[in-house]
Amino acid sequence: MAVTTYSGAEQYNFDIVKKFAVMSLVWAVVGMFAGVYIASELAWPFLNFDSPYFSFGRFRPVHTSAVIFGFGGSALFATSYYVVQRTCQTRLISDGMASFTFWGWQTVIVTAALSYVMGYSQGREYAEMEWPIDILIEVVWVTYLILFVGTIMRRKQPHIYVANWFYLSFILATALLHTFNNLAMPVDLFSMKSYSLFSGTQDAMTQWWYGHNAVGFFLTAAFLGMMYYFVPKQAGRPIYSYRLSIVHFWALSFMYMWVGAHHLHWTALPDWTSSLAAAFSILLLMPSWGGMINGIMTLSGAWDKLRTDPVMRFMIVALSFYGMSTFEGPMMSLKEVNALSHYTDWTVGHVHSGALGWVAMISFGSLYHMMPKLWDTKIYSRKLVEWHFWLATIGIVLYIVAMWISGITQGLMWRAFDEFGNLQYSFVESVAAMMPFYAMRAIGGMFFLTGAAMMAFNMFMTIRQGKRESAALEAKLAAKMAHA
Amino acid sequence: MEWLMWFSKPENTKPLALIIFFVTFVGILIYVYGSKKRGKQLESYRDIPFLDDQPGDKDDTKDKQ
Repeated sequence: MAVTTYSGAEQYNFDIVKKFAVMSLVWAVVGMFAGVYIASELAWPFLNFDSPYFSFGRFRPVHTSAVIFGFGGSALFATSYYVVQRTCQTRLISDGMASFTFWGWQTVIVTAALSYVMGYSQGREYAEMEWPIDILIEVVWVTYLILFVGTIMRRKQPHIYVANWFYLSFILATALLHTFNNLAMPVDLFSMKSYSLFSGTQDAMTQWWYGHNAVGFFLTAAFLGMMYYFVPKQAGRPIYSYRLSIVHFWALSFMYMWVGAHHLHWTALPDWTSSLAAAFSILLLMPSWGGMINGIMTLSGAWDKLRTDPVMRFMIVALSFYGMSTFEGPMMSLKEVNALSHYTDWTVGHVHSGALGWVAMISFGSLYHMMPKLWDTKIYSRKLVEWHFWLATIGIVLYIVAMWISGITQGLMWRAFDEFGNLQYSFVESVAAMMPFYAMRAIGGMFFLTGAAMMAFNMFMTIRQGKRESAALEAKLAAKMAHA
Repeated sequence: MEWLMWFSKPENTKPLALIIFFVTFVGILIYVYGSKKRGKQLESYRDIPFLDDQPGDKDDTKDKQ
């Protein structure tokens, strides 16, 4: 193992990390605001204003793209560039390519959001962007891959730290998924509209191969990379077991690819295909929990940090939600459970226990760790971090409890029969029964959004503080030089 | 090329895939946990995130106010 002494920011390209970190907070607030708005539309429908531009259908992909690709994606770009440089002890191979990934990625998010509001969508969940935006994503992503692999190739540290394995598998898998799920034929060279190359059941299976692996590699493997670097750093102690992390990586990477078809139980898809996917989903519980235990046990012997360090609390709660949602997921992939849960709000609750509880919380923790270091200062207000933690945690609990109750109620109402064998409830009766829970969910989202806005303010002040400190230091040095 | 037809039958390829993946997984386990010396070497990589720490790294969780 090579030991290199730290030689400051000039050794690394931290400028690109800073840009992505700031944009991830901007997109967090924008995307979560869009989420709260659409949740409120379901609870209080007048918010649709009878306008297609404000409708749930157009705003929903704005929300998902802004939080997944804007907030999550920017956080991943930021942390992966930070981690790969620090663990390989080398600078990114090209500042120009890094800058291109930044501007390219931000253009993708903005153009995607505008196109959805204008009514352009492929109608594929988490892949709604139409073909011109898909091509831009492809170019940005290949640049990202070259930059990441090139940096690893010129590392000064002989061993590639496990966090980089997870990041690399996320970059590779996302390239594959994006390419094949978006194979489409444009109606015209100057038209945004296109049609998928696949049709019928094959189209659905390709979409859910993409959809679940977006969860598996974009929202899980990549954030595990984040976890394997930032949890040990914040805890001040190395990861619990490096060997377990190797088994975790290979088992998780292999198994996730097979599970997408569990989204298509009880459909035209051949029964064996979705059953195989369910079997792999159950198997996936083991590597998922192995990784969770590895992360949580890193705190072994330093549990007091949970009381004293709010940033650590974000990370450990994130791992707990990771464990919970990776138990719930396999359970929901069982055909019998799926018969009740599918098409209901239970799925929405499950997704958000992963997205808010795992993805957002580990990102918040990592950004709280990384951003003060980037600007060479301390967090502006620890009190605000504490407030953020509790607002986020209460918000998640309100959200997922509302969706559990709502989803199970929906499932039971849809399958209820009267004594004559007719459906007992009309669809609209099930919608009316959901209303209190939709309001509860919107309020949970408001809690979460408020916490994120507090973080954005706290980090803005931290950056300002860091800039002031470095300006004061420079002035002091200049004065000293003048007197010398 | 007749032998290629053997792969077109799921009753052949399913157990074959099972054997390949199972052997690979067991191979990884043996590689990771099979040797004490290698185990020690692998565990030493845990420290990589701490190798380029600045001596006076600021404690970023302290309140400035």
